[in-house]
Amino acid sequence: MTIRFVLLVNKQGQTRLAQYYEYLTIEERRALEGEIVRKCLSRSDSQCSFIEHRNHKVVYRRYASLFFLVGVDGDENELAILEFIHCLVETMDRYFGNVCELDIMFHLEKAHFILEEMVMNGCVVEINKSNILTPIQLMDKNS
Amino acid sequence: MEQLKNIGRELAIGSQGSSKEFLELVKAIGEAKSKAEEERLVMEEIEMLKKKIVEPDVPRKRMKEYIVRLVYVEMLGHDASFGYIQAVKMTHDDNLLLKRTGYLAVTLFLNEDHDLIILIINTIQKDLRSDNYLVCCAALTAVCKLINEETIPAVLPQVVELLGHQKEAVRKKAVMALHRFHQRSPATVADVISKLSMKIMHDVDPSVMSACLCVLFDLISADANSYRHLTNSYVCILKQVVEHRLPKQYNYHNAPAPFIQIKLLKILALLGTGDKGASNNMYNVLGDVLKKAEPSGNIGNALIYECISTITAIHPNSKLLESAAAQTSRFLKSESHNLKYMGIDALGRIIKINPDFAEEHQLAVIDCLEDPDDTLKRKTLELLYKMTKSSNVEVIVDRMICYMKTLTDSHYKTDIASRCIELAERFAPSNQWFIQTMNQVFEHAGDLVPPKVAHDLMRLIAEGAGEEDEDADSELRSSAVESYLQILVEPKLPSLLLQVICWVLGEYGTADGTHSAAYIIERLCDVAEAHPGDDVVKVKGYAISAITKVCSFEIAAGKKVHLIPECQAFIDELSASHSTDLQQRAYELQALFAFDSSVVGAVLPFDGSADDIEVDQSLPFLNHYVKSMLSKGAKPYIPANERQAATTLASQHVESYVSSHSLRFDPYEKPQMPIMALTPVTTLQSDDQSIDISQKATQVFQPSFDADTPSSEATRLRLEGVQRKWGRPSYNNNSASSSAGAERSTNGASNGLDIEKASGGKQGIVPQEPKYVSDRNKQPEISAEKQKLAASLFGGVTSKADSSVRSSGRSQKQASTNRHVGTAKRMQTVDPVDSRAQASLPAATAPPDLLDFGEEEVAIAASSKDPMKDLEGLFDNTGSVPSSQPTAPVTNLPNIDLMSLYDSDLGLGSGLVSSIRVPDMIPENLPNNDSGDRLTVLDGLVTTSGAVAGPKVQGETSASSAIKKGPSLESSLEKHARSRQVGVTPTGPHPDLFKDLLK
Repeated sequence: MTIRFVLLVNKQGQTRLAQYYEYLTIEERRALEGEIVRKCLSRSDSQCSFIEHRNHKVVYRRYASLFFLVGVDGDENELAILEFIHCLVETMDRYFGNVCELDIMFHLEKAHFILEEMVMNGCVVEINKSNILTPIQLMDKNS
Repeated sequence: MEQLKNIGRELAIGSQGSSKEFLELVKAIGEAKSKAEEERLVMEEIEMLKKKIVEPDVPRKRMKEYIVRLVYVEMLGHDASFGYIQAVKMTHDDNLLLKRTGYLAVTLFLNEDHDLIILIINTIQKDLRSDNYLVCCAALTAVCKLINEETIPAVLPQVVELLGHQKEAVRKKAVMALHRFHQRSPATVADVISKLSMKIMHDVDPSVMSACLCVLFDLISADANSYRHLTNSYVCILKQVVEHRLPKQYNYHNAPAPFIQIKLLKILALLGTGDKGASNNMYNVLGDVLKKAEPSGNIGNALIYECISTITAIHPNSKLLESAAAQTSRFLKSESHNLKYMGIDALGRIIKINPDFAEEHQLAVIDCLEDPDDTLKRKTLELLYKMTKSSNVEVIVDRMICYMKTLTDSHYKTDIASRCIELAERFAPSNQWFIQTMNQVFEHAGDLVPPKVAHDLMRLIAEGAGEEDEDADSELRSSAVESYLQILVEPKLPSLLLQVICWVLGEYGTADGTHSAAYIIERLCDVAEAHPGDDVVKVKGYAISAITKVCSFEIAAGKKVHLIPECQAFIDELSASHSTDLQQRAYELQALFAFDSSVVGAVLPFDGSADDIEVDQSLPFLNHYVKSMLSKGAKPYIPANERQAATTLASQHVESYVSSHSLRFDPYEKPQMPIMALTPVTTLQSDDQSIDISQKATQVFQPSFDADTPSSEATRLRLEGVQRKWGRPSYNNNSASSSAGAERSTNGASNGLDIEKASGGKQGIVPQEPKYVSDRNKQPEISAEKQKLAASLFGGVTSKADSSVRSSGRSQKQASTNRHVGTAKRMQTVDPVDSRAQASLPAATAPPDLLDFGEEEVAIAASSKDPMKDLEGLFDNTGSVPSSQPTAPVTNLPNIDLMSLYDSDLGLGSGLVSSIRVPDMIPENLPNNDSGDRLTVLDGLVTTSGAVAGPKVQGETSASSAIKKGPSLESSLEKHARSRQVGVTPTGPHPDLFKDLLK
């Protein structure tokens, strides 16, 4: 019951955010990202939002030009992860206001902080948006 | 207008304090059209950063920006190790934002065993003691990623202290840090967790409780038995969550705290597995979850799916199984592929308990199997794999092989090939079919199959059915030979299959007399020529051996063998081969021609492969020779292991002896092992004696080697008592092995009852059946072929559903009738048990009203003052309550009123939170439409946001929008101005960058 990685990748296959909960070397990451994105891009909207890749299961969701990919292990509830992705996007949306790809690129560290609040040790620990954003907003205020 | 909006967006985006360079970098990366261009940009960036980052007196804010740029470099796949140390330094900063950025970068860059981590431990320790709770949180987040087994003791005391912190955010993260420690090294935190589990596991704050569930899940999956007494409290918590007793902020699209529910359901599944009593207590709440989950949205379905998993894992309950089955049907009939996928998975769980359930959904399953969606197809094959019986194995394996042919990825091919082989080995209806199937598997995935499978196949052909039915065996062999001769025509074959073919042709090619030896030899010569591959030497080896066998059978039968020119050429080639193995085989073949038929027949008897060759290891035929040699003064034989020990000892000695005469570079002589003093100088002895002595030496040597004799121990450093702080874990640090393999299917004992109940459940679905039938009537276009497939897959239903479809074999019919008889018998035997269960059911299922405070008021009056004490007391109670009165703990539980506790706590703790909270832009509480997709909810969102975006572009200050959005309009206008200075301009090629994600 663990999330192994969270990836944000755009249509061109360029990584926009990557957080791994299990250590992989840079080369392994590159290869993994490339292969998964290629697979996701080749799928149509009507097909299901899950793919199996090696020993990972990947749950993905597309928002505008950006793919949100979450790699999980075998016991994870795929539909719940699909909704976790949406919750992440909603939270980012509340923080940035109409979040778009460029927001995440300009505020990479903030996007990471949001994710850090929501997922720890590969478990979803928080979906309460005010609990997620309060520490980050307090931090913005103080610095 | 659209473009104007984009300009506005882009201008507003620039971040405070970002330099022009950073903006340009991000912009350039964002606009890079190809991976190559991105690569070039990053390489330039690396060169630049390498110079800038080492400049003296870089302002801190600027340094933070450099570090974010380093994060970019690594994220885009390049090494940024030159800057790691700067990230480490950044964690020392006093400014919280900089500190947290530093921690973030460090966690992204370093794995837990990196050398630089040591430099951060100190900072983490300091930060954990900080008065500012945000600093504590930042440090705890870092702890979760950076601390490994050896550094746990350095931070553990402080983490434990923080478990009692007044801020729930800190408590939550401290719990997660413990979770991490537990994952890394369960032994180090075992006592902490056992001591604290009662107290922290039931924190009044929902988010802390949620974190605790992560720890508990791990603990329970490692050892469910020690936590069974807690079942009731989890049931109670789940009940309260389902009843919306948590604050609204924990809802997600109207579902109350779905992730907490899912975690609890997973925990209940573990606790209820194989435990009837515990399962009994869960039935009510599971029914509630199923009932309350909204089937219109993803999140509701996620909950329903999790419920099905739990229901099928615990001791079965017919009513719940019935609703689980109904929900599974709904998933399978859904249009959404996601739901179908979940449905297939759920079906796989249900048929474990009630195998007949699959029949109802055969057409849905076949639709999924034929769907172009690869994921769905694979999931369905997995389901079929689970439900394979001897009656449907042919169809299923055939399907798998068809799918295997379409695959290119070797990983999946290996996977599916091994499944085909497994199924074929377990359920093969006939040897003939088995061989045909194996041939297909080898043909399409030959290089991915383990060689053992090929050897098993050869053995099967050689040994036949194992019965004394020589005719059947030889028929099998001739059919194998025929099929292989056909396959050989194919242009490209994997070497493993070729090996099998060569072997079979060599052994049995000429056996039935249909093919002449010359023909077989010719084909064998072709094999090696026509299929050059990686393993060509092996294949050639098999081919030449096969030719040898064919020739020898001919010679043994008294016929004269004329080698055809190709074969002669082949032999000549091999006798000059680089491989000595091939050479030997070629020469052996040539030598064979020199012998007469009786010798050849003895050397290579026909069909000799299956005969065991007995080897007497004591080699008695040598006894006489040995005796005579010993009497002539030869040395007695010493077994290899003793000999080796003696020689190593001797060589050690020689070394030290030699080294004393050569130049020596090490300043001090190595301390002599005491053992050396005991050993005589063997090299100087005469041969005969040296053996004796070395034997003695080994006697002396070995004990001192095995156990720690005092003398050898004295020379060694004593490390036992010394605590190791850093460095690699030593081998005697036995990491407690926690077998995470949770036993899920231990329902075996009560299987008969299960099936009985489940079939009762099936009857319960009957009212739905007419609808299903009418559905089918509506679709007359279901092709006969599909129905046929369904029939052969699901067997039993054919007679009922469609009598026009021929059932695919006598054996299958037999199987189905057998099964009916079986169930009938079972029904009889189980009946009394069941009736008893029925009788006791009303008592058990009478829903104890958990929220009824009336009854137990008196009992709890004394303890209800302090909520925390109340909780603790409760758990002590549940632990000691004897299981004979199962309802008592349940009725006791309403006292944990999670919510009221929470409310009071929240009032004190997070007033700040509520005052800062911006009004919900995402309308969580919008009534959920029937269409059920979140899209409708989002539509509302998008329209409002569109309305906000307009004024922003025109620069109007609208008070309402300023409040509504996260970053205020004023600040965005400021940014606007900044970005204009910087010169970020709207860009044509990538308008995507500005597209709102939620549109």
